[in-house]
Amino acid sequence: MAKNSVLSRFYRGELSADIVGRPKIWYSISGLLIIFSLVGLLVQGLNFGVEFKGGSVFTIPAPKGSSITDVRTAVTGGGVHGDPTVQKAGSNWRVTTESLTSTEVAKVKQNVSKDLGVPADKITTQVVGASWGGEISKKAWQALLVFMILIIAYLSVAFEWRMALAAVVALVHDLVITAGVYAWSGFEVTPATLLGFLTILGYSLYDAVVVFDMIKEVTRPLNSSSKITYSEAANQALSSTLVRSLNTSLVAILPVAAILFIGTTLFGAGTLKDLSLSLFVGMIVGTYSSICVATPLLVQLKEREPKYRQLRENIARRESSGKRQAKAAKVAKATAVSDDAVDDVDDVPEDDAPASVTVRKVVQTGPRQQPKKGTRQQRRGK
Amino acid sequence: MASPSSNVPKPGRTLLGFFAVLGILTVIMLLQGQVTPKLGLDLAGGTTVTLTAKTEGGKTPPSSQMDQAVKIINQRVNGLGVSDAEVSKQGTNNIIVSVGGAGQQQVVDTIGKTAKLQFRQVYASGPSTPNGQPLPSATPSASTSGSPSPSATPSGSSKPGAKPSDSSTPRGRAVSGALAAPTPTPSGSGKPSATPSGTPSTTPTTPVDPNAAGQDFSGIDDPAVIKQYQALVCSPNGGPTVPGSNNPALKWVAACDQKAENGQVTKYILGPVRVEGTQVSGANSLPPDPQNNRQSWSVSLKFKGQGTKQFGDVTSDAYKAYQQNPSAPQAQVAIILDGQVVSAPQIREGAITGGTASIDGPADSFTQSYADNLANVLKYGALPLEFQQSSIDEVSSTLGADQLHGGLIAGAIGLGLVVFYCMLYYQGLGLVAVGSLVVAGATTYLSVVILGEGMGFRLTLPHIIGLIVSIGITADSFIVYFERLRDELRAGRTLRPSVENAWKRARRTILVADAVTFIAALVLYFLAVGGVRGFAFAMGLTTLIDVVVVFFFTKPLVALLSRTEFFGRGHRFSGLNRARLRRNGPTPPAARTKSQEA
Repeated sequence: MAKNSVLSRFYRGELSADIVGRPKIWYSISGLLIIFSLVGLLVQGLNFGVEFKGGSVFTIPAPKGSSITDVRTAVTGGGVHGDPTVQKAGSNWRVTTESLTSTEVAKVKQNVSKDLGVPADKITTQVVGASWGGEISKKAWQALLVFMILIIAYLSVAFEWRMALAAVVALVHDLVITAGVYAWSGFEVTPATLLGFLTILGYSLYDAVVVFDMIKEVTRPLNSSSKITYSEAANQALSSTLVRSLNTSLVAILPVAAILFIGTTLFGAGTLKDLSLSLFVGMIVGTYSSICVATPLLVQLKEREPKYRQLRENIARRESSGKRQAKAAKVAKATAVSDDAVDDVDDVPEDDAPASVTVRKVVQTGPRQQPKKGTRQQRRGK
Repeated sequence: MASPSSNVPKPGRTLLGFFAVLGILTVIMLLQGQVTPKLGLDLAGGTTVTLTAKTEGGKTPPSSQMDQAVKIINQRVNGLGVSDAEVSKQGTNNIIVSVGGAGQQQVVDTIGKTAKLQFRQVYASGPSTPNGQPLPSATPSASTSGSPSPSATPSGSSKPGAKPSDSSTPRGRAVSGALAAPTPTPSGSGKPSATPSGTPSTTPTTPVDPNAAGQDFSGIDDPAVIKQYQALVCSPNGGPTVPGSNNPALKWVAACDQKAENGQVTKYILGPVRVEGTQVSGANSLPPDPQNNRQSWSVSLKFKGQGTKQFGDVTSDAYKAYQQNPSAPQAQVAIILDGQVVSAPQIREGAITGGTASIDGPADSFTQSYADNLANVLKYGALPLEFQQSSIDEVSSTLGADQLHGGLIAGAIGLGLVVFYCMLYYQGLGLVAVGSLVVAGATTYLSVVILGEGMGFRLTLPHIIGLIVSIGITADSFIVYFERLRDELRAGRTLRPSVENAWKRARRTILVADAVTFIAALVLYFLAVGGVRGFAFAMGLTTLIDVVVVFFFTKPLVALLSRTEFFGRGHRFSGLNRARLRRNGPTPPAARTKSQEA
């Protein structure tokens, strides 16, 4: 039944959680993840594929009836790790592997010669440079930088700079953590992985933008006399878009997960895994960050704005006065029950301001009047 | 049902229009005769060329120059379109270039070009006799014959199948062709009667007997080059590259024309380099423009600041020569590419100071693809080394068909799960979502096939996966809209106005969010190179399709359906049942097992 009611609330879009109210929890989780990722990147480093750092290439005269699988088995049997690229070029097999030492090369040659029946001296080896070398990576970094600047500019115009900043911080957060997962797991970074990262770029921002759009809408009517603070309004917006966020993330992750799990189990490692894994990790982190990092960060930035600080103070004052009233009401109740309590309460102000009715009045009504004064002034000012 | 209010657009029409556009796209695809997308290098294999650096004595070329060459070749090969080509260094002196698709001979031919460009003034030119079989005489090299187009190559008006009898033209400068003998005898050259057409002002430093070949070599102070020129035999199809002709440091060079024209190949003696290819800042191919007397495709060049001045100077000199004597060889400025003359236009309309030049030639050799490739090669500058093709192979795909099928099957399962979830969660509205996904998928497919043909876009496995994932992300837009719609209903409004109100709010969100993705795609497309570029192309494409589908399919469909009884009355399975959406709604959808609508 409890499960049903959660589902039912989910269906009605009533899921809510005080996410904005506890930024420290999220910041510490994210902080830990980022530190963990950075340590991974520094200690382990990323395991770049042949496309990025070059490797060895074997040219093997193709014996009759040899298939890609035969060649691959023969090469991996010679002690090559990872997933060598096997291509047929003319009448030769062209096998690109990770960088090998001369002893490893000899071993591979020996094994290939034995398995495929090709004389070892007919197999040639050469060092191959990176096909996704420095130039492509450099350009990609440049593009990333330009993209960040443009996005900050665009979001500053479409929303405001605080939202732009929060969204980009969340984006960097996602990229660092995804890279960290790769560093620690030792998964190979191939061009397909890089393309996955780039997709996350768009996706992470997309998610944050949809949440921010809602926050902007909900917080627009706020002014200094509103009844809720910016934080509360943002939390309301977040809650109302939470169902959407979870739905869209689920819908986006479903195909990725299918490709990752089905594709990988059926067809082994390769491009399918490289791309879908980085997408899978990135999307999960992206969903988390748009809700739990970007929004609390935005709220903290916004609460520093004088307008919303004022609002918060006003509400706090109203609340505290409200508490006093509640306390007084409680006290009044208590008076009915016991005379001692009344004495206690009455005694206190008398002790503070002895023998002067006017003074006592000031003390009692002071806190109530102050916020009123404040609002009046503000109204006059406006 | 009430008639639609004035502010409600006509959804039926929008839908019809959308399907009409889809239909047109399908027709275009069928007309192109290509109904499946072109596959990239990893899935369909392609052509691999091994380029080996030519160095003196087989020395190892400096690795910095090799890296530079890899970079330039990479730019060239990717400048040809959004195909994912691979360029890598192999060993110390090889560069491997792999291009998707078989039979990419032309691509392969151009990318290995050194593309060293020089501009030199012509000092002498004449027809070359092919294959060392000396014809008695050749036609006059008639660049001087008064009516060539501004850019006509010197041999432009020579007659095909030159016959000895032609040599009796009074125009002089009839050359006896290249003879095997070091001192050509004017055996068959008819009457070399005409006086040399050289400018009188230049004093020949090396006295050459003009009667020796009926040719004026005045102004050329390098007898070796004259000898080289006289002995030069160009091959009948153009070329070869004369030794030294590609060396900008040499003051005088002899060179052959790149192409045979009307059965003749012109040979030249060229003066010092006046502008170098490094001064070119941009190159574009231009279609023929008969109105401006340009019959062939051409390549327009743009010079940098210094190059603009240099080019202005050389054209001004040539124009002066033209004014003094319209038939002077110095009136021509030769454009030399990799040691062969591409064209040698006569400067007849004054110095060119605008910083642009254009290269063109006979229409049969300057085709669109030739001009495109030439512009592409010139744009990215010359290679620091000369390369020769040591092998060209057709390569098989690196990924088996199983990977492609696996990806497609897994993707289909994934999208199936999306459909299942949408139906479960949105019920009747889920049908709209599924319909939108199908339409988005179809639009994507059509676009990819059509663009594959038009832009050289080839699908690699990452592209395919990216497209599947993008279609999944497309669902995001529907969900944004549906959730807005349900918000309106939760607030107690009725369906018909809610469809429009929710749309107004959702539209902005969708546009802002898609704009972000689109900016990402644009930046990557224009700044990144190689595989990233193709991917960015796919990303931008799907984002656009997302917007198009939401605007012209999903929303009109919802508007249309809201008029039906099933949705309009908020049937309990329509996904729009107000009672169920609100707080005191009955059991959740997951608990329901049997369908009541059946």
